[in-house]
Amino acid sequence: MHNDRLVIAGREFKSRLWVGTGKYKDFAETKKAIEVSGADVVTVAVRRVNITDRSKENLLDFIDPKKYTILPNTAGCYTVEDAVRYARLARAAGVSDLVKLEVLGDEKTLFPDTGGLIEAAKILIKEGFIVLPYTNDDPIVAKKLVDIGCPAVMPLAAPIGSGLGIRNPYNLKIIMETVKVPIVVDAGVGTASDAALAMEYGADAVLMNTAIAGAQDPIAMAEAMKYAVHAGRLAYKAGRIPRKLYATASSPIEGML
Amino acid sequence: MAEPLQIQVNGESRDCPSGATVGDLLRDLDLKTERVAVELNLEILDRQEFDRRGLKAGDRVEILSFIGGGGPDDGWIRRVPTHAQ
Repeated sequence: MHNDRLVIAGREFKSRLWVGTGKYKDFAETKKAIEVSGADVVTVAVRRVNITDRSKENLLDFIDPKKYTILPNTAGCYTVEDAVRYARLARAAGVSDLVKLEVLGDEKTLFPDTGGLIEAAKILIKEGFIVLPYTNDDPIVAKKLVDIGCPAVMPLAAPIGSGLGIRNPYNLKIIMETVKVPIVVDAGVGTASDAALAMEYGADAVLMNTAIAGAQDPIAMAEAMKYAVHAGRLAYKAGRIPRKLYATASSPIEGML
Repeated sequence: MAEPLQIQVNGESRDCPSGATVGDLLRDLDLKTERVAVELNLEILDRQEFDRRGLKAGDRVEILSFIGGGGPDDGWIRRVPTHAQ
């Protein structure tokens, strides 16, 4: 497992757990949780600077862009135009062409508008962006996103922040078989076993925010997620035994009295 | 001394000296240029442009940077109204 590195668009990542930076109590807690999680990819949002309260601390004072891959998202965008605008602003504010592209369909489910997603992805790829799309657990859409040039796809496990775990493992498995790029299961993880399961199914990475930040003890959950993702990956690589209906004795009968 | 210009910065009215550039505005706001993106009348500026682009009355400036975020809507974040005006 020493060389089990995740590579997306020529970039190598150490950690298969990616984390969001929203919903924490403060930046100190954000920083600690990320450190404990071992994640080296962190997502951020792009928003207006608070110009009336300049004493406000900056997230990047706590999350060193030299140490972490900063993955800006287009969170909160419901149209192709907005998503493209935010992606361009993210590139202008940041240091890379990476973007986690979100085009949302509705406020209640926060499910992706996959039509809009494909359209926005096409525009941004043409402009040189490395587009990592937050998408539905739909194998056809995943394939289309890869066909237009996305170097990875990020299908949801369940609605954002719902903590429901993987709602449709069979679709995720079909996506993993259908596309030949890394799959990052994004959103909907509730606890460690959900993350382990995603990795056991063959996901290349898991991205989460609320499951850690919203836990009673975010730092402890960050640690749990680190082990869950690692264990799930090891189990996937090790290859599980087939399920059988009846028992198979583990101890030999030979030599019994 | 020329009259100050009135511009909009992140949706709020603000006076700035005549002849001021985007770079001057950022320095006045005590913002580190390497951490912000600036949109001037919907045009996203390269950082190298900040000191070259002069401001004129009625300009609409948006200054953005990275904040904590994960999912599409974290509830407490301030949305940037894109088509509001």
